[in-house]
Amino acid sequence: MSMFNMKKDSVSYRAQLSGISPEHKDYLHRVRMEKIFVRVIQLLIFCTALLLWEICANAKIVDPFITSQPSRVLKTVIRLYVDGVLFQHIGITCLEAIVGFVLGTVLGTLIAIMLWWSEFLCKVLEPYLVVLNSLPKIALGPVFIVWIGAGPAAIIVMTLAISLIVTVLEVLNGFLTIDQEKIKLVQTFGGTKFQVLTKVLLPASYPTFINALKINVGLSWVGVIVGEFLVSKAGLGYLIVYGGQVFKLDLVMTSVIILGVAATVMYQGVVYLEKMLVKNKT
Amino acid sequence: MKPVVEVHNVGMKYQSLNGEITALDNINFSVNDGEFVSIVGPSGCGKSTLLSIISGLIFSTSGTVFLSGEKVMGTSPKIGYMLQKDHLFNWRTIYQNVMLGLEIRKNVTPSTKEHAIKLLRTYGLYEFKDKYPNQLSGGMRQRVALIRTLVTDPQILLLDEAFSALDYQTRLVVNDDIYDIIKKENKTALLVTHDISESISMADRVVLLSKRPGTVKNIYEINLNCDNRTPLSSRETPEFRHYFQEIWKGLDVHV
Repeated sequence: MSMFNMKKDSVSYRAQLSGISPEHKDYLHRVRMEKIFVRVIQLLIFCTALLLWEICANAKIVDPFITSQPSRVLKTVIRLYVDGVLFQHIGITCLEAIVGFVLGTVLGTLIAIMLWWSEFLCKVLEPYLVVLNSLPKIALGPVFIVWIGAGPAAIIVMTLAISLIVTVLEVLNGFLTIDQEKIKLVQTFGGTKFQVLTKVLLPASYPTFINALKINVGLSWVGVIVGEFLVSKAGLGYLIVYGGQVFKLDLVMTSVIILGVAATVMYQGVVYLEKMLVKNKT
Repeated sequence: MKPVVEVHNVGMKYQSLNGEITALDNINFSVNDGEFVSIVGPSGCGKSTLLSIISGLIFSTSGTVFLSGEKVMGTSPKIGYMLQKDHLFNWRTIYQNVMLGLEIRKNVTPSTKEHAIKLLRTYGLYEFKDKYPNQLSGGMRQRVALIRTLVTDPQILLLDEAFSALDYQTRLVVNDDIYDIIKKENKTALLVTHDISESISMADRVVLLSKRPGTVKNIYEINLNCDNRTPLSSRETPEFRHYFQEIWKGLDVHV
């Protein structure tokens, strides 16, 4: 957010000062150089790590059978691609994560609205929410499998279980911190409870929603991978478990790396969404 | 002339687990058409509670309020309420903020839209209508808040410490500004404030409330010797100091 504003500010300053002073030019140059420097170091760390990993494995300083190595990871990716299963596994896992993520956010928001609407319901359900929030939801995994059956549905429910309560509490908390005077304003115009919800609560909770989305992106991946560990026959989580069981560490490392990329892409998607919405709102 | 607002024996008790708090006790006063009345009192004397009761947002535990002879049973379109802060919604443009009350009352028609545009134009905000609140100064925001209230065409304006969130200089300017608009639009106004100078400078009458439980301690008729009265010019009249002294004594402030 603040980074975003700073960038906008510096652009407008630059527009103001059509004749840039040498000091300002110097300053801009320094900022740019620092940015480039940070990028270079980041890239350097990445390349060094890969290179060290490769060299150590080749020189048998570490055992590539246990640690794998970048060239083997690359080979594994290519083999999976040639076998035509690479995108199948990625696709299944991503689909489960996205469905769980969207369901968790939507259902969580709806439940939060219900709890806000009825203070009585909120008071009654409070201890249950506390227990459900404290309980490690992963413990419910076997229950879901027995109830729903070993398949994608159980995995999605697992994902939902992990992200739902957090969303409910986050969104409800957002509702409760909204300035009461804004609600009073709507009431002075004779607004109903439903109008308070649509005119104030939902639009004012926009930053809360984005926060909930960001938290849920991470949580839904936890849910999916745990779910796949427990039941699945396909997906990245399945590849990791299978690879571990048959001691194919190449497969495990490859899947973990792909997972990291997929999760990052999804998180960046939410960040991008936020930027788009911010641009349209202010 | 029939009073527009009549407050009749109004009392208010709040219940809590620690006991009962009497916020207001036997309040009586009235406001005539086109009049500007201020209510002053020490903090916590129930001034804002009184406004909420008049507006129909909450109900008194005893007594009644009449608006143009009709008993208050809930919020009424006759009333426009201005809160302490402007509370403009920063996700709405100025125009959309101004339309809020009409949207809630489901009264968005070509003629009310035109009215909104006319008010924005009259009070110098037309060119800001597509801007967002954070692009406006505090004084302008307060003016937008007033237009948001005026556009629903209320007969009576209730101002609940409507200027206290502004810094002193801005406040003096906004006092003049809002006073001018209220007089031009020919509205009846009831201002709650803890600022004695502000109450005298704007009002035709000042109602002084006592400490909790709030009761009407005194009502002062304000007669100032000046033509073209504005809140700022009122402060320069010789009588101003006299009223200030009298109300100050009446407030009986101990620290």
